[in-house]
Amino acid sequence: MLTLEHFLTVGALLFCLGLVIALSKRNAIGVLMGIELMLNSINITLIAFSRFGESATPIAGHAFVAFIITVAAAEAAVALALAVSVYRSRQTVEVDQLDLLRL
Amino acid sequence: MHDVPGISEAVLWAIILSPLAAFTIITLYLRKIPQIAGYLSIVAIAISFLLALITLVDVLGAHGHVAIHSHEWFQVGPLELTLGVRIDGLTAVMLVVVSSVSLLVQVYSQGYMAGDPGYGRYYAYMSLFITAMLGLVLADNLFMLFVFWELVGLSSYLLIGFWFHKPSAAAAAKKAFIVTRIGDLGLLAAILLVWTRTETLAIHEIHHLALTGAFAGTTVTLFGLGLFAGAVGKSAQFPLHVWLPDAMEGPTPVSALIHAATMVAAGVYLMARFWPVLEVAPDAREVVGWIGAATVVVGASLALVQTDLKRVLAYSTISQLGYMMLALGVFGYAVAVFHLFTHAFFKALLFLGSGSVNHATNTFDMRRMGGLRKVMPITFGTFLIGTLSLAGVFPLAGFWSKDEILLEAWVNNRGLYTVAAIASFMTALYMFRAVFMTFFGEYKGGEPVDREDEDSHFHGDPAHPHESSWVMTVPLLILTAGAIAAGWWAWGKEFHHFVEAAVPAEALHKAPEFSYGIAITSSIIALAGIATAWAIYHKRLVSSEEIRKTALPIALLLEHKFFLDDLYERVFTIRVFQRGWNRLVERFDMLAVDGAVNGIGWVGTQSSRVVRHAQTGQLQLYGVGIAAGVFIVAIIVFIASPL
Repeated sequence: MLTLEHFLTVGALLFCLGLVIALSKRNAIGVLMGIELMLNSINITLIAFSRFGESATPIAGHAFVAFIITVAAAEAAVALALAVSVYRSRQTVEVDQLDLLRL
Repeated sequence: MHDVPGISEAVLWAIILSPLAAFTIITLYLRKIPQIAGYLSIVAIAISFLLALITLVDVLGAHGHVAIHSHEWFQVGPLELTLGVRIDGLTAVMLVVVSSVSLLVQVYSQGYMAGDPGYGRYYAYMSLFITAMLGLVLADNLFMLFVFWELVGLSSYLLIGFWFHKPSAAAAAKKAFIVTRIGDLGLLAAILLVWTRTETLAIHEIHHLALTGAFAGTTVTLFGLGLFAGAVGKSAQFPLHVWLPDAMEGPTPVSALIHAATMVAAGVYLMARFWPVLEVAPDAREVVGWIGAATVVVGASLALVQTDLKRVLAYSTISQLGYMMLALGVFGYAVAVFHLFTHAFFKALLFLGSGSVNHATNTFDMRRMGGLRKVMPITFGTFLIGTLSLAGVFPLAGFWSKDEILLEAWVNNRGLYTVAAIASFMTALYMFRAVFMTFFGEYKGGEPVDREDEDSHFHGDPAHPHESSWVMTVPLLILTAGAIAAGWWAWGKEFHHFVEAAVPAEALHKAPEFSYGIAITSSIIALAGIATAWAIYHKRLVSSEEIRKTALPIALLLEHKFFLDDLYERVFTIRVFQRGWNRLVERFDMLAVDGAVNGIGWVGTQSSRVVRHAQTGQLQLYGVGIAAGVFIVAIIVFIASPL
């Protein structure tokens, strides 16, 4: 029998996985993929709460997730465009090289 | 006998305000037209003098009893400050002395200061000086008295440093200001003391409290000593007398005014004003008497070795002021005031006489004078009478007052009598030394005029000295009349009764009766001094060089002014202050103050040098920090409120 705890555990594991990828990958594309993973782990958690929670409008959770997926797709497009643009100007997308702010 | 002076309050205020108005008008409007400044100032002082005379007549009619007109000025908490005038025998005498001597000095200055580029400024300062002194004697409370006291100090600074472009004059002005300020600290402390203990500053209330015993014991002794500290500074008592001889750097009429009527009289006046306090504080009175005695001897002995005519007179003033303090130390309240009164006339006369001599010879150095009695008969005659009066020769003014001091001292304190008698021999000796060197023998040519020196406004010909003009000789003649006649006021104790009415009767002692023994002794002592001077400096029976060689250590001690100036300058000023205290303060400034400011900067730099390593510019490292922070907060929240 699948319970809320199972879904939450998967969501938490997935979030940690995404966080580790986002913080440890040197390639900007890899970092973006980690961030996608974290977003989707949140989506799983939201769906789970929506399915198992007591709510007058259970569809609201699903709608919320659909919105997040849409916005995340737009955000990913912008982020990838930024990555391409950075590559054009600096010939690299290694994030540890991008330390212009430090002077 | 219980009449009250009926003189209108407005008249008393007008006495102060008349010269003050002259000062204001001259300063604001007349700096470009100095000739009017002189006349305006003289008219203002003449008004004050006439009003003072009217006041004196009125107070004489009231037998010297007290009238007080007091008005509230403002109130701060329990401290109520008043503005008021007090008129009684003592004040009336002082008013007349101050205004009459000032008037004569102002007239004389017309001649002496003629052509000086600072002529207008001179009259402005003189008017301020006289205002301050008149206000000082009229004040009915300690606070107002202190204000005018400090104004006297300020205007003396301005006048001594009148020729401020001369470094010696500027230094002398500073010295006078700073040295008297040391004494004023004592006066200020006394005022604060009396305020905290009695909550009043009115003079008559302090008198009353002292005499009824409400203000007694150590406090009243300290109060008396504080007042005396102020008087020591202003009246040039040992050991703060060092400013007075240097004050000779000012114009001679200023010296005459300072020495005769205004500044140095202020200290004696202060002590006389608070006589009831000295009456109930025997320890303070004893200190006053002995400091006075020390001053008498110091002044007289230093006057013996001076070669500058004005400096002889300056040390003579110090010595005579010592006599006044000595008189206060032996219950001679009225006698001290009487000596102040007579001294004002003959000392002003002597100073103006020395100025007249200077106008003829362009010098004050007695070694370059001599024989002037033939060419300056009026100056010589008046100077001689002033000298005889100062030496205490019957029947001139100085005889009466000095005799009474000696009498009081004989009755009340034989130690002080001995000192005073020895000093009166020295007085006659040094004054006649000056007379013989200046007016007898051969003329030594004076000081040649330096036509290149722009400061010199000397117009005569020192090689052929001549008598001064009438604006200078008339004041001399008038003062001579005073120097001859002023003493007779004491006949039948008239003066004493008049002045004594100014203080409550409980504070008074019966004055000793006139004694022929004392009078004859003091006359013989004075004549002996004159004879000695005649033998040494006129007939040259004994060479003064020989005397100097026989008593070389004493002579050196005197020529170096008892090394007091050296002590103050080399030890106190340079060693204690410049090298000691100032360096300490400098260290404190450099180490503590600058150290604190620089230290704060240093801490900022050093700590940021450590912290800036956290700012790597690596975005992922920041991300780790954010994530770690979130976890830590989550854990804390979980521990604080478990699910």
